[in-house]
Amino acid sequence: MSSPIQLQPDETFVLNVGPQHPATHGVLRVKMEMNGEYIVNAETVIGYIHRMHEKMGENKTYPQYLMNLSRMDYLGALGYSHGHVLVVEKAAGIEVPERAEYIRAIMVELNRVASHLFWFGAFVMDLGGFSPLMYALQDREYILDMLEAVTGSRLTYCYFRFGGLYNDIDDDFIDAARRFIPRMRKSLIKYDKLVTGNIIFRKRLEGNALLSKETCRKYGASSAVARGSGINFDVRKNEPYSVYPDFDFDVPVYHEGDSLARYMVRMEEMEQSLRIIEQGLDKLPDGPIMPKKKPKLIKPPAGDYYQAVETARGSFGVRLVSDGTKTPYRLKLRSPTYSNMHLFDESCRGMMIMDALAFMGSLDLVIPEIDR
Amino acid sequence: MIIEKTKLAFQDLFPATEPEPPPIEEPDEEVEEEKGKKAKVKKEPRQNGVIECNYAVHGYHLDAQVAPDQLIEAITIVDEAEFFIESITGVDWIKEDQIEVVYDFSRYDFQTCRVVIRTRVDRDNPVVPTITTIYAGANWHERETHDFFGIKFDGHPHLIPLLLPEDADFHPLLKDFKA
Repeated sequence: MSSPIQLQPDETFVLNVGPQHPATHGVLRVKMEMNGEYIVNAETVIGYIHRMHEKMGENKTYPQYLMNLSRMDYLGALGYSHGHVLVVEKAAGIEVPERAEYIRAIMVELNRVASHLFWFGAFVMDLGGFSPLMYALQDREYILDMLEAVTGSRLTYCYFRFGGLYNDIDDDFIDAARRFIPRMRKSLIKYDKLVTGNIIFRKRLEGNALLSKETCRKYGASSAVARGSGINFDVRKNEPYSVYPDFDFDVPVYHEGDSLARYMVRMEEMEQSLRIIEQGLDKLPDGPIMPKKKPKLIKPPAGDYYQAVETARGSFGVRLVSDGTKTPYRLKLRSPTYSNMHLFDESCRGMMIMDALAFMGSLDLVIPEIDR
Repeated sequence: MIIEKTKLAFQDLFPATEPEPPPIEEPDEEVEEEKGKKAKVKKEPRQNGVIECNYAVHGYHLDAQVAPDQLIEAITIVDEAEFFIESITGVDWIKEDQIEVVYDFSRYDFQTCRVVIRTRVDRDNPVVPTITTIYAGANWHERETHDFFGIKFDGHPHLIPLLLPEDADFHPLLKDFKA
């Protein structure tokens, strides 16, 4: 018989979380040095599903690379495609018809709601509540059905083309979207009653993982992580692109900096996205979805181009270095969760492990997007 | 406003109004006969300095190229002006036998200003100082750039492979990388 292990008062041990732990939502691994239940130090290990998208960018021609962008973030793929087509259009000087830009904005916002819904369900499940996930998935299913009818796929869309879109939306889509908006608004009230007001939920999140503005700045955090810490930063407002200046929407900002603030920001963002979709459907102009004049072979002039967009997970940037040939010389993808996750190591010190997992959930991680 | 202010701060890095003397390695390349043929294609290397860019074309406002030993000063300027770090990456200019390290910065407030800071190092000895002492969030970005380009960030606390396997000794984004 072996005697039970006796830890000395200040003795630490290493706890390995992941890479196949349900709370990490994918193959992410965190080595945590623990003192009892408290984290002394943590080191995040990423790269388990690294696929070298940036090298693929150098080997493929511009149109061939379109589908890669939706393989980064499988929950909000359209936002990433949007950034890519915008930077190539900017570099190659391709005009986009207004109707196409409006449809792009509507689709991206629908995708953002779908992404936030999944995050909402998974986050509450991390905290121990199972049924909100089922409600959230049910609402998300409506969005996926709508997107599937137009784009042809449910998750990994390849819908945007340089200069326009692959497929125009029809009356069925517009009807479905108009029916969806009031339904979703009702659901948001339901979630509010079911989860936001729940005392256990609030006790776990209030004051959990306080992030200062300074930490966000030093790590380059964006999306709800920055907006939950009182930073009014949304690329759609700060650097307006596409047709976003035409829409009237607000950027929810909370100043507490805790996990509850990040939760509140995302929940209110869904309402703002619905407002954008509503206005987009009202203002939707007629016309073509592809430009009349478009170069057959896309060869942007040599130079260095950058485009940032606001995806569901934050500020996504594409840097395109062209040498005037039909493949990019260098294509850098700046993924938002990469920066958001990076601050975890420093910020989780001194937390209890269950609080750290709640914190990790509030960062809205999608691992293929970190690893690229 | 902030664009002019940052630009002026950068211009202090380059004291003489005339550009810095051209890099010394240039005559060496002319001597080599093989490269001499390609010299026609090669354009004049850019001088260190700061230029204001057309935002609508390039997507950023300021583009500063600095020498590697001026890097810390340049990063301090953007840090003091409260910019946040967007990303760090590299570009392999194999024809010029140089690697460019590119630092992107942006702002949280509505004084939109995107700043790109570039520095160029020789391909056979790519060493630049780390900026993790100023921006803690540069840690992963520098490790990633080390993975992909083999650039050594002098003073980095933990420069081991991040995205590549832990025993990786190759740098896939170098233009002469063969899988």
